Amino acid sequence: MPRTWRTYAVRFTALGYLLVVLVAPLSMLFWRVWVEGIDKAWAAITDPDTIHAFKITLILCAIAVPLNTVFGIVCGLAIVRRRFPGKGLVNAFVDLPLALSPVVVGFSLYLLYGRTGWFGPWFTEHGIQVLFALPAMVLATIFVSVPFVAREVVPTLREVGNEQEQAAYTLGASSWQTFWRVTLPSIRWAVIYGVVVTTARCLGEYGAVAIVSGNISGKTETATLRVQDYYENLDQAGAYGVALMLCVLAIAVLVVMTKLKPKEGVA
Amino acid sequence: MSIQVRNVSKRFGSFQALDDVSLDVDSGALTALLGPSGSGKSTLLRIIAGLEQPDSGEILLEGADATSAPPQQRGVGFVFQHYAAFKHMTVRNNIAFGLKIRKRTRGEIRARVDELLELVQLQGFGDRYPAQLSGGQRQRMALARALAPEPTVLLLDEPFGALDARVRSELRVWLRRLHDETHTTTVFVTHDQEEAMDVADRVVVMNQGRIEQVDAPRALYDAPANEFVMGFVGRASRFGDGWVRPHDLEVVPEPDDGTREGQVLRVVHLGFEVRAELVGDDGEPFSVQLTRDQAEELELEPGQIVFVRPSRTRAFA
Repeated sequence: MPRTWRTYAVRFTALGYLLVVLVAPLSMLFWRVWVEGIDKAWAAITDPDTIHAFKITLILCAIAVPLNTVFGIVCGLAIVRRRFPGKGLVNAFVDLPLALSPVVVGFSLYLLYGRTGWFGPWFTEHGIQVLFALPAMVLATIFVSVPFVAREVVPTLREVGNEQEQAAYTLGASSWQTFWRVTLPSIRWAVIYGVVVTTARCLGEYGAVAIVSGNISGKTETATLRVQDYYENLDQAGAYGVALMLCVLAIAVLVVMTKLKPKEGVA
Repeated sequence: MSIQVRNVSKRFGSFQALDDVSLDVDSGALTALLGPSGSGKSTLLRIIAGLEQPDSGEILLEGADATSAPPQQRGVGFVFQHYAAFKHMTVRNNIAFGLKIRKRTRGEIRARVDELLELVQLQGFGDRYPAQLSGGQRQRMALARALAPEPTVLLLDEPFGALDARVRSELRVWLRRLHDETHTTTVFVTHDQEEAMDVADRVVVMNQGRIEQVDAPRALYDAPANEFVMGFVGRASRFGDGWVRPHDLEVVPEPDDGTREGQVLRVVHLGFEVRAELVGDDGEPFSVQLTRDQAEELELEPGQIVFVRPSRTRAFA
């Protein structure tokens, strides 16, 4: 039976690929935490600087995710429903952070808000610290996580079409009422999925934030930077512990997403 | 509510969808906009609803200029070909939508929705989602939704176009009955001449962005204004210098004065009647409608040479 044989070959390859690329490194992490001693990992996780680092990461998420969600929905609506000059350019620019290395993003922010940048001197004059402080980290996080909500929303809006919205208008609903009662509910799964992916991206951001944050423990250090910090100081157990926490957070996000997925037929 | 369309034109890029169209629809009438695709009938309906803006011309509702009024303020109910059901709402909430927007009380909404569910024969389906309904049920729900805020004008854009033949003819009868009960001014778009003749009091025949003729169904059939209407409303074939309907031709076995020769190409049995497709001696195809008995008597077969005599032809200048 060549067909069964082929089916097994495909399955084996797919699973094997996942095993080697994803499961093996993550298992290694869990294994290392176990070998090095859970107490050491726990000590690293409960270190005040680590707790502060997670706090910073969560603050960045709490600012970047809602902003990019609103932007993503507005931008998606503009791309799909409106005609305006430069629409193609907007559509392409939204995807830019996907193509651009985060290091480049961090570096451009560094230049822009630095002493010789366009914006840097103005902020210095007004006594606002942007670089090596939360504002620059927020900007970097927002930048790298811009595309995800818009990318989920655009195809869904296209698929849903605008007839439901027109029906709402003829039934007396204003644009605002139509948005809340018809448009948003019909794209809600795309929005939720976009929010989850954006959150995951913000949690994991490293490169751009690493450049603009200054990486000061207990002050401008995020969770990912904390892993790097432990690793560079040869505190392996600490690095494993914090990495494991990040892993657990990522898995929690995934679980939430799976739980939220719509039931067939009632979408 | 009466509708007046005054010199309306609309262009989509290089395509002239409507070309200086004027039309009066009386209050309480049931009117069909009939035409082939691209004739501008849907565009005209959408302009009346305010879903599309005309490039020039005016729309008057009850005598008042409504050209720039948004759809929300026109008091029209609109039914879309593909239902435009709110997929995330139950049938009940779909129907209640316009009432909730108007901030009616809960009790009022419940009573009105119950009444409409009964009117469209969807009692017991109130808690279902549109995805759990058949096409015909979805369109009845869409109708109930459009009727809920008691619009003064009901506009339907190819309302039965996406349904199968049987459901379509059921809904036709039902729409006619609904109109006879409510007397809401109703305009519906269709490309199906039988549907237009069956349901409407008045039919507006459209072609290439213009109105060709406005008349009662019978007058349209008996006295078409031009070749387009003749050919589009009911079957007709070119016959010599004029046009003829298939039932105005008689087949005779022998030639005499006023007969023409034709060769049978195909014989189609349509239940109680038989249609013969022929080609004339001038190479023009035409068809003849016969009863079963006539067809059997003549023993019509493909390839056979017969003679036809028109009892009534129509010529257009």
